[in-house]
Amino acid sequence: MNSLRVNARVIRALGMRSIRQTFRRPQLMAPILVFPTLLLAVQTGGAGGAVDLPGFPPVQGFLQFMLAGAMMQSLMLAGNSGGIAFAVDIEMGFTDRLFAAPVPRYTIVLGRLAGVAALGFLSAVWFFAIGLAFGAEVHSGVAGVLIAVFLVTATATAVGGIGAAIALRTGSASVVQGLFPLVLVVLFLSSAFFPVDLMVQPAKAIAEYNPFSFIVEGVRTPIIAEVDATDLLEALLAIAGIVVLGLVLSARALRHRLRTG
Amino acid sequence: MPAIAVERLERAFGDVLAVRGVDLEVDEGEIYGFLGPNGAGKTTTVRMLTTLLLPTAGRATVAGHDVVAEARAVRASIGVALQEAALDPLMTGRELIRLQATLQGLPTAEGRRRADDLLERVDLIAAADRRVGGYSGGMKRRLDLAAALVHEPRVLFLDEPTTGLDPVSRKTIWEEVRALNDEGTTVFLTTQYLEEADQLADNVAIIDQGRIVAEGTPDALKAEIGNPHVQLQLADGSVDAAERVLAEIGKLLPPSDGRTVLVEVENGAADIPRVVRALDDAGVGVEALELVRPTLDDVFVATTGHHLEKKQVPTTSSAPANA
Repeated sequence: MNSLRVNARVIRALGMRSIRQTFRRPQLMAPILVFPTLLLAVQTGGAGGAVDLPGFPPVQGFLQFMLAGAMMQSLMLAGNSGGIAFAVDIEMGFTDRLFAAPVPRYTIVLGRLAGVAALGFLSAVWFFAIGLAFGAEVHSGVAGVLIAVFLVTATATAVGGIGAAIALRTGSASVVQGLFPLVLVVLFLSSAFFPVDLMVQPAKAIAEYNPFSFIVEGVRTPIIAEVDATDLLEALLAIAGIVVLGLVLSARALRHRLRTG
Repeated sequence: MPAIAVERLERAFGDVLAVRGVDLEVDEGEIYGFLGPNGAGKTTTVRMLTTLLLPTAGRATVAGHDVVAEARAVRASIGVALQEAALDPLMTGRELIRLQATLQGLPTAEGRRRADDLLERVDLIAAADRRVGGYSGGMKRRLDLAAALVHEPRVLFLDEPTTGLDPVSRKTIWEEVRALNDEGTTVFLTTQYLEEADQLADNVAIIDQGRIVAEGTPDALKAEIGNPHVQLQLADGSVDAAERVLAEIGKLLPPSDGRTVLVEVENGAADIPRVVRALDDAGVGVEALELVRPTLDDVFVATTGHHLEKKQVPTTSSAPANA
């Protein structure tokens, strides 16, 4: 029990460090809030007429539709930034300081993920604040907000797990940073910025099976309509899949790093 | 029980054997110098002893715990300051020490108290709330050392703690290492500086190409090389006369030029008056005289065939390897 408490304190302390690190390094903060906010403004201002297209889901306005996409972009870049920061720690030897401490080594990865989760939470709150400030409504009310915030936070943690795994495997911040465009490709090939039904092939086929489409719909549905149990369950399953993938990859990468130094 | 015991420790990276069957033993409370050039295997050995890297053969115990089977117990007993202080430039000094205290499982209040004490001890209290990125090299090393001490470890590993530091900062670190050792901490210190090993270490192991080539106290290692010698700079034309006189005092060593005579003396400085008197009686004028003692570099040369340091400091110069 005592060791559990110590481990929890370590995860919290490392999570706090991770958050401070992000706020003190503007190049990590910019992709998480600034870029998605700008993209949201540009898309909402420039493509607002899309809501009149036949087949577009019934929404109050394009901003309401886009909130989930902006949150997804933000959380994925938060996960990527978490991976970059972890890789920087490896490059400068800071992780050696952590690995030389008498705590289970998974706590070090979980500490980093705790920081990413907090940034995911911040991102969800930020975009809800912007949405509400500019007149978007959350159709399912407070319950919808809580569900969306939970899904965004959980997804950020899951994506952070993949970022941490790549950081541990490569030990190179530039490699993790190189995944930045891939994040955008994954997002554009999902329902984050456009309804799947209005896409053309092959993007439509990819988006239909892209796990991030399921998560986006899980976040979006309570904003534009009533909470839908199927959408919620599919989103949770998609998140669970990414969590498992991140955990397996992180555990393997951690073992590899400790074996090879 | 030794603080550190290592038996036939090996580490391979692919086909390259970085550490080749290292055996060593470090007693409780001693400063053990691990001396060798870059790439000799010092850091790889330290990384295995601090559980950051798995050995590929052999075994080692630190503070009585096996570095592979009881890695977490090892980590609870040691403090580690690795090469090129691995500090987050975005953290403040105080944040770093408090984080280290949490990592070591100290309760919050105790961690805060220890952080303040240690920052005071390493003279960083005034800079404690500044970001580490603005610290000088010496300040970073002192902070790194303080972080390694937060849980009062039994064994402290310092991997090249003064590399790249100016002489004043280096001396400050030496004083702190001595003080820690006086308090009972066992120190395992890797260095590529002869003077550092000579000044600080109770025992020294010299490692080259992954193997330990010599081990013992600095004095014993130097004594194995031979006696000290007196180096005399003479007036022109008096070398032959000086050599005739000095041959009766000690063994003459090959001179480096036509105006210098080297004579081995068994009793070191105590033999200098005898040398001076003999030359004076023979009417040989001496322009300069210096007692040259064997150095750890001489030990290194004798055991490996090459110098450890490319540039020698003047007081430790040029005793022949076979002197």
